[in-house]
Amino acid sequence: MAKEKKGVRLEHISKIYLDPKTKKEFYAVKDTTLDIEPGTFVTLLGPSGCGKTTTLRMIAGFESPDEGEIYLGGEPINELTPNKRDTAMVFQSYALLPHYNIYDNVAYGLKLRKMSPEVIKEKVTNILKLVGLEGMESRMTNQLSGGQQQRVALARALVIEPGVLLFDEPLSNLDAKLRVTMRTEIRRIQQEAGITAVYVTHDQSEAMAISDQIIIMNKGVVAQMGTPQEIYYHPNSEFVADFIGEANFLKGTITAKNETNGTADVYGNTVELHDIADRSVGDECTLVLRPEAALVADEGQLPCDVILSTFMGSYQNYHVMVGDTLVKITDFNPKNKKIYAVGDKAFVKFDPDSVHVI
Amino acid sequence: MARSQSKELERKKFFADPIMVTTIVVLIVFLTLFILYPLAILLIDSVITGEGISLSVFQRVMGMPSFRRAITNTLKVGFLVGILSALIGLLFAYVEEYVQLKTKMLAGLFKVISMLPVVSPPFVLSLSMIMLFGKAGIITRYLLHIYDNNVYGFWGIAIVQTLTFFPVCYMMMKGLLRNIDPSLEEAARDMGASRLKVFNTVTLPLILPGLGNAFLVTFIESIADFANPMIIGGSYDTLATSIYLQITGAYDKQGASAMAVVLLAITLMMFIVQKYYLEAKSTATLTGKASRQRMMITDKSVTRPLTAFCLLVSLFVVMMYICVPLGALFKTWGYDFHLTFKWFQMVFTRYKGFKAFKDSFLLSLIASPITALLSMIISYLVVKRSFRAKGFIEAVSMLAMAVPGTVLGVGYIRGFSAGVFRSGFLQSLYGTGTLLVIVFIVRSLPTGTRSGISALRQIDKSIEESAYDMGADSFRVFMTVTLPLIKDGFLSGLVTAFVRSITAISAIILLVTPKFLLITVQINEFAEKGSYGIACAFATILIIITYGSVTLMNLFIKHFGTSREIKEV
Repeated sequence: MAKEKKGVRLEHISKIYLDPKTKKEFYAVKDTTLDIEPGTFVTLLGPSGCGKTTTLRMIAGFESPDEGEIYLGGEPINELTPNKRDTAMVFQSYALLPHYNIYDNVAYGLKLRKMSPEVIKEKVTNILKLVGLEGMESRMTNQLSGGQQQRVALARALVIEPGVLLFDEPLSNLDAKLRVTMRTEIRRIQQEAGITAVYVTHDQSEAMAISDQIIIMNKGVVAQMGTPQEIYYHPNSEFVADFIGEANFLKGTITAKNETNGTADVYGNTVELHDIADRSVGDECTLVLRPEAALVADEGQLPCDVILSTFMGSYQNYHVMVGDTLVKITDFNPKNKKIYAVGDKAFVKFDPDSVHVI
Repeated sequence: MARSQSKELERKKFFADPIMVTTIVVLIVFLTLFILYPLAILLIDSVITGEGISLSVFQRVMGMPSFRRAITNTLKVGFLVGILSALIGLLFAYVEEYVQLKTKMLAGLFKVISMLPVVSPPFVLSLSMIMLFGKAGIITRYLLHIYDNNVYGFWGIAIVQTLTFFPVCYMMMKGLLRNIDPSLEEAARDMGASRLKVFNTVTLPLILPGLGNAFLVTFIESIADFANPMIIGGSYDTLATSIYLQITGAYDKQGASAMAVVLLAITLMMFIVQKYYLEAKSTATLTGKASRQRMMITDKSVTRPLTAFCLLVSLFVVMMYICVPLGALFKTWGYDFHLTFKWFQMVFTRYKGFKAFKDSFLLSLIASPITALLSMIISYLVVKRSFRAKGFIEAVSMLAMAVPGTVLGVGYIRGFSAGVFRSGFLQSLYGTGTLLVIVFIVRSLPTGTRSGISALRQIDKSIEESAYDMGADSFRVFMTVTLPLIKDGFLSGLVTAFVRSITAISAIILLVTPKFLLITVQINEFAEKGSYGIACAFATILIIITYGSVTLMNLFIKHFGTSREIKEV
């Protein structure tokens, strides 16, 4: 549908703000370089204050970068005002125009582009069909549910066929169930429209479900960029591992190594590791172990004391101590397994391929 | 770290929008020329004498015993009026918000009371005060048989101003009391405090900054008031009347400039304290919304005296207003109580009533849409945009609020009668209807801007951003989004500007030329002459016009208003 998919490139972008309380300047975004491929769905993910919304608003043109240049489809756009940029944004608060009905809301951008009424009617009708709102043209915005308002906001942004679609935490005002439905919808519509999308959220499961690429931001800088799988299985830092999903961190020292595999000493136990080509013997390292990738068993790599054991229905939730490190383990489908009680001595067991070393 | 690139980019984006740039430049020129410049010229005029810069003019006016007396008079009246208005306002608000009222009547009365000062010319109470309590006053002469009662002077001004200004305090205090969470007071009651104790230890401390705010606002209003002291002051001169007499009586324009500077300095000081200290404080302590309905006080020992007092005051005020149309209908007030239409007839036959109403109406009608639009544009720029001159625009339009009309009038005389800086530039403006319209605009701009700002603050910033993002430029965003969303505010701004213009007198009386007959000036003239019948007839018709336009507006908003839809979003 989009006339031309456009990529976005941020080149050494920084944004400096003045803290109104301390009167000190600080980097909201610092020296960020990003390449967003045309037609992909890219999510900016991070805790609040990490600079993700600022980055998005710089692409839209509401904020101006202090360093660097932003390119849209290869063209530098730093000097363009928001109304001259080939972007369309879906706002957190939907920001529908309350004095217009749905039809006029969606047609607003088209009217500004001086299209003929027939063309506008056709485009609006098509787009409302795409978002599942046909027949509701004459409703006022306050007669819609949150999910429907969200669809109008999406339709309004899509109908002007922007080079890039921008989303600023669009689902955070919806209830949990609707959030799941809407994110699937957004993904479907983006794929059908074949449009480049940049999506800001702080919800990691939303990011995982919806994105081709995830960009994790922390304190104004990009911590990691990759597919959801790369980010989840190969986090490059404790921050990323902890932010995406749950993770246990075990400190160790590399004791032996061949080409790719080797062993590490963790609290006096030898643990087999795979895929550590860039490490050498004697290196300090951190083992990232996902709770669902480990089991509590009678034998395994690391001896442990069970300090919490809770039945959660679909899984048994354990907290165990390995040395002085707390390790959380979720043992799925525990019905026919041995259940360990608090005070039991046992072992943490895992597949060497499930451990990621950082 | 440097934010230079973003500043440079913002600047470029800003200049990419020619309509907005032009608007801002026009605004700056307008504000500078018609607010800042007239005030500056007063200061310049009063320090630059024949032999260079000196304070000799100030020394001269301060040397006049009458002027020194006027300063103390003004402050004394202002202080008393401020305190009385704040207290009566608080009492009314308290009764409305806390006391279970038996009848609907009192609630209705309260509404009328809060409405009356808005629709009536600011000085009608002086008229009725004289007619009720003066030498020929109905109450003093016929009921109490006092034949030489003197209403003129300190007490006359103080009572009339209090009755005129306390409704403003009432509205302010009502807003504050409404924001007190009832559970705060209930917690204190629960711990064993008596009602009086709760009021003294919880309610009062919470609203104290607000009360101070109300006091200062009234203080400023009282000091700036011209018409009431003019009519009922007698020989008791205040600053505003002294300045007027210095110009019209003594033809001492330089002295008047210096006096105006003194008056301006006083109001400006008060205004700064009020605006930047008390206003912030009074809202900071009360940000919470009431979580639920307040348990109304039903205890008769509390409700009876309070409602009785409010009822008396309300009835008194209503009586004062009723006195005006009656005064126009009696043959000779105080002597001959036969009903007659002769005053109304005389207004239109002998005293060019049609021309007066036409002039007043027309000039106000021209001024009000410009004022409403200007104040909405200023509010939009102040709330929604950021640019370098924003602080200037906001400060100057707020400054106009602290400028007494008399000061502005003198400033315009000094500033424009011989052109800008006596250069002859814009001299042709002086004495024209255009200048009167500009005065109307400047006088109503601050009120309009203030309500525009508060209306715009309620609107989510992203609504306008979304329109901007869809491809609309600033002008289109303002016309298709901002203005429709604050339609109600715009309409009421329109009517407020109209009512304020048609009832204005203080600055206008100094600037009006025989070419124009204005109703308020006529009323003032006839009241001073003692022709109360004619004055009342003029005032009655004026009240009907203003009341009519306010009612029309309310009807219009009720049927075509947008506010309901917006609130629910």
